[in-house]
Order: sequence, then structure tokens, then C-alpha cells
Amino acid sequence: MYAYDHFDRQLVSQRVAQFRDQTQRYLAGKITDEQFLPLRLQNGLYIQRLAPMLRIAVPYGTLNAEQLRKLASITRKYDKGYAHISTRQNVQLNWPKLEEVPDILEELAEVEMHAVQTSGNCIRNVTADQFSGVAADEVEDARAYCEIIRQWSTFHPEFAFLPRKFKIAVCGSESDRAAVMVHDIGLQIVKDAAGNTAFKVIVGGGLGRTPVIGSVINEALEPKHLLTYLEAILRVYNQLGRRDNKFKARIKILVRAMGAEAFKADVEKEWAHIKDGALSLTDEEISRAQSFFQPPAYESLPQQDMQALALENADFARWLQHNTHAHKVAGYRIVTLALKTTGVAPGDVTAEQLEVIADLGERYGFGEIRSTHQQNIVLPDVRQQDLFALWKELVELEVAAPVVGTLNDIICCPGGDFCSLANAKSIPIAEAIQRRFEDLDYVYDLGEVELNISGCMNACGHHHIGNIGILGVDKKGQEFYQVSLGGSQGLDASIGKILGPSFAQDEVPNVIEKVLETFVSLRQPEERFLDTFRRVGMDPFKERAYA
Amino acid sequence: MPKIIKDLNVVEDSWQVWRDTENLPTTGGVIVPLSLWQAHKDALLALGGIAVFLASDQSPKLLGADINSFALIAVDFPKFADGRGFSYGRELREQHGFNGELRAIGDFMRDQLYFLKRCGFNSFALQSDELDEALASFNDFSDAYQPSIDQSLPIFRRR
Repeated sequence: MYAYDHFDRQLVSQRVAQFRDQTQRYLAGKITDEQFLPLRLQNGLYIQRLAPMLRIAVPYGTLNAEQLRKLASITRKYDKGYAHISTRQNVQLNWPKLEEVPDILEELAEVEMHAVQTSGNCIRNVTADQFSGVAADEVEDARAYCEIIRQWSTFHPEFAFLPRKFKIAVCGSESDRAAVMVHDIGLQIVKDAAGNTAFKVIVGGGLGRTPVIGSVINEALEPKHLLTYLEAILRVYNQLGRRDNKFKARIKILVRAMGAEAFKADVEKEWAHIKDGALSLTDEEISRAQSFFQPPAYESLPQQDMQALALENADFARWLQHNTHAHKVAGYRIVTLALKTTGVAPGDVTAEQLEVIADLGERYGFGEIRSTHQQNIVLPDVRQQDLFALWKELVELEVAAPVVGTLNDIICCPGGDFCSLANAKSIPIAEAIQRRFEDLDYVYDLGEVELNISGCMNACGHHHIGNIGILGVDKKGQEFYQVSLGGSQGLDASIGKILGPSFAQDEVPNVIEKVLETFVSLRQPEERFLDTFRRVGMDPFKERAYA
Repeated sequence: MPKIIKDLNVVEDSWQVWRDTENLPTTGGVIVPLSLWQAHKDALLALGGIAVFLASDQSPKLLGADINSFALIAVDFPKFADGRGFSYGRELREQHGFNGELRAIGDFMRDQLYFLKRCGFNSFALQSDELDEALASFNDFSDAYQPSIDQSLPIFRRR
């Protein structure tokens, strides 16, 4: 994991002092609401429906035990004793007080954390595959490059007032767990024929009001050019992105209006000025960044047969199958803690749970903990021989629901219960669906189904790329829900298609049930929901849902 | 005389911003819109002491070969949230080699001074009664990760 040096520490503490001063000047009436808005947003602070919301950065979803304990203590001292994992791997506090935010930031700085650029029209916290460094299908660890990008984008003087927010995701695995096709910039690590690392650069993807799958503008960018190329893209976007309409201000609109080829030509023209300049990455810098992400001291263990392990206990077997993933090192397994307990908002985690998870991370691993964009938590390095003991502790902690990758592993934004942007509530919808599908055998028979819920067009719940997406809409002051089908993340990403007219809140579980019944009746053996949908199209689902 | 911030000091300044895009000024010492300059170069040059400002949708490229004939170029910020001028500042300094006075005018705010300076601006017609206090914002950070006008090497080449 990256460790701050004197320089990083100084910058973060200067940021705290800067924001403390800005907050004081705001409270003294010397900064207007309008001026304070981008300043607080770039420190993660929203003014929400019930209270401010503070979004704390978790760069590329990596945390250590000490940081988890600090988060737990902050939620007790300044908030209501729980935190929320967002769909961009960050941590959100729902009840901080504006005047205490500088104190919270100061405490975070003690453990090398901050809330820098977690909101606002700037380059946001960079995200990555939550299994980086441990995934069995990894091409190369994305985290060193994420850290390089994090540093370049932090307090970038030219790009703090972009037309709109800007999100970068990096994936280093064959299967995309970072949703690179639907980011402003997605970077997919690839290897050329000679085995050299390169980046496939995807630009102009995005969700929100206008979902778009990104365009590849560079098939294989050499690592040394990573930052100069990003800087060229941002410079073109900063100058040409629309500023007259916030709904048309994302880079996806610009790329679509210009055409990917013309956009690329402008980028390359800009790039020519800086290509081999001071911002070109040196081999030393890449090695330095990589040195922080070296494999921990794994033991040499035999690979155990998973089926034999599963014989231990039926409940354990289900958990083993759904909540653990293959590790690149023999004898180890990646474990996902599901923050998806029915009746609790997806992604919510209490201070007590955070503290126990910190302990578990140390006892069953090397003290590293990951947050995921599916709003779960990952212990990346668990010995297979410890899985049963760990599972028992996770059951006790109520984070062992064996639902990862199933219908009940719902991605859900905070919605109208908290967010002032939302048109409708989303958490009660998630709960109603989880209650309707309590029969796990049925859920398992359905196989892989991603169900994502957003409370409004801003699409924080990524509804467009859910196999089943649910979007809250406002219909003459009433909360209604639009259902879409066939969305997916991954390298063959697709945007879901709308099923038809929206539904009232109490109809939603029935509609989802009808959609799933249709799937089951048309499914070929072992077919995934997504594949069935792609094969048969929307019509049969529509007929059944509106029958 | 109005005060501005120039080279990290509060100083009196006599430049006038002339926003009229149709009528010419009658004296020199004015910063005129790019379009006025393009249409009336000779008449403006005859006045002496002419500078030009770029609107937020006017790239420095539009100045063409004239760039280095000016002692001062200004960039207008119609709203502080419109960040195009940050890129224009760097382009003027880095791509066109402009060495004269680069001034921010318009609706930018104190809390942008540090970034503006990093992007090559050295004078600031900041709309504020507290210019002396505002100087503190230039020191928000003592160093930076990225190369820019005030620091040509990224931190990774200096660590």
C-alpha cells in the first residue's frame, strides 16, 4: 500500500489548513454561498437534504486497518456511528456538521486520508479493480498507475474548474471489475506481443442522463506517456467541453459531438507539445510507485480443493461459492464481505463492524482492506485453511450474506432518504426486493444477475449497467420507478433498455418477479440473465410485465 | 487609481478594461477585446499602450503572430467556475513563449489565485476590498505534484 512521504503529508495538511480558513471565511460571510460551493465540493462536502454529507476518498479502494479504525472513531465522534461505502469505492458520512468538517479532515490526515476532489467539477478520486494485485486473471497490478494518476490529478492547477466532473478508472485484469467502458477515461492494461505493458485508452463513456459506452482512442499507450496523454485529453476537454448546459457538459457529449476520431486528432495535437516533456514518466518513478504494491510475505501453501472445503457445512459452502474468489497465490482466497444485509441500506457499515473488520484484516491477512464499487468490503489475502474460521466470525458480524454476484447483491445510491438530488427513494426499494427474494436457492438458480438502483438521473447507483436497472423518477410529485433490462459492465458493456412506463413503489417487487419468471421460462441451461436477454430481446419481458 | 495584485504585491494600476466591442477607445492604456483588436489594429496601435483580453471562448491561438507584440495580455473569467482561462494561461506561456504581463480579469476569486499563478498569471485584477489579505492565498501550498509555469519539474523528478 502507498505510504506518504514528507511531501505528501505536507500537502494534505496544507489542504486541511486551506479548507479550515475557507470555512471560517464562509461562516464570517466573506465568501458567498456560490463561491463556497466548489471549494467545499472539492473537499467532499455536499449540503444534503437533512445534513451535510462528507465523501472521504479511498484512492482505488485501498485501506489499511489503522484507517478503518480511524473512520470508526470519526463516525462515533462526529456522526451517527456508521459510514456508507459509495459506488465509487469512497466512504460517506451522512451527518457531519459543516463547522466540524475541518476537524474531521485533520483527523483523517493523521492516517493519510483526505476528501480531496471527491466531488466538484474536477478530476475525481481514481478507481480500480478491487481485486488488483491479487486476482488470478490479472494482467498487471493497476494500483501503482492509479497512485501515479492520483498524484498528478491532486490539486492540478489547470483542471480544478472543468466543465463537469471527471472520473478515471483503471483495470488491470482480463475481466473488467472497474467499469472502464463507462468512465470519462477508462484505462485497460494490456500486454503487447513482446509482453510490454501498455494502456488501452477509452474516452467518453459515462452513465447519468445520457449513458454512453466509451470510444477507444489509443489501443496501446506506453506507460511513460500515461500522464502527458491524460493531460492532453483534459486540456482539450477543458477548452472545448460545453459549459452552457450542465447536462451536456461531460466529455462523452464532446466526444460524441466531435466524433472520436476528430477528438483523438485534437488530443494528439495537444499531446505533441508535451509528449516527451517533464511530465513523461521515468522508469524510476514507475518502479518507485510499484515498490509500494509488492506482494506481501505469502506463505508457501498447498492449493486446497474447494469442494472438499465446502463439505464442512452447507451454509459455509454457499458463502464459499459466492463470496470468495480465486487468488493468484496458491493456498489463498479473496473474500468479499457483503454489506447487503436485508433491512440495512446497501453499503452501510457500523463503527463496530469497521473495527472488527480492521482486526479481521490483520488476523486473516496483511492488514489490507478494500472497498468495492458494488458497495462491499474485501479481505484480499485469506489463507484457504482459515476460511471456515473467518466465515464464522463474519456470520457473527452480519456481513456473511452469501449473495455476492447474485440478485441480492444490489448496488444502490443513498436516494431520497438522504440525497437532495434524488427524485425518489432507493433504499426501501432495495429492501423490498431483498425481502421478496429471500429464498436463496431461487436466487442461486437465477445465477449471475446484477440489480442496480439509482434515485435519480445522476445514476450514482449505476442503473444503466445493471442487468436489471431501476431508476427513481418524479411523476407529478409522486415517486415512480422506471425499469431497464440488459445493461452490463465489463468489456462488453451495454446500456440497459427501458422496459416501458414506470411503476409505483409497491409494484416494483412484482415487476422484478415477472421479469425473472420470464427469464426462467426462456432460459437455456446455465444461461446468464444477460445472455438470455441479449438472445430473446425485450418483447417477452415487456408482454409479461405489463400483462 | 485602482489597485491590483502584481508579482505578489498590491500595486496601483492604470490599465482600463475596455469591454465595448464596437467603439474604439480615445486614449491608450486600455485592454481591449480581441475582436476589437482584430478589426482595428492600426487605429488602436496609433493610440499607443494597447493590450488585449481573451474572452473565455477565445483560444490564444486566435492572437496568431501578434502574441509577442503585447506587453500585457488579459484573460477574462466571466464566472469563476469557467476554468478555460487556466488552460489559456499555460498555453500562452508554454506554447507561445509569452513573457509579458499575464492578467486575470473578471469574476475569478481569491481562492483561485494559487492555481492561476501556477498557470502563468502574474497579475490579478481581483474584485475584492481585501487585497492584502488575499495575498495569503498564494501560499496555500508550498509545493506541487505537477510541473507547471512556476515549477518546471514534477515532484517525481525531484523526490
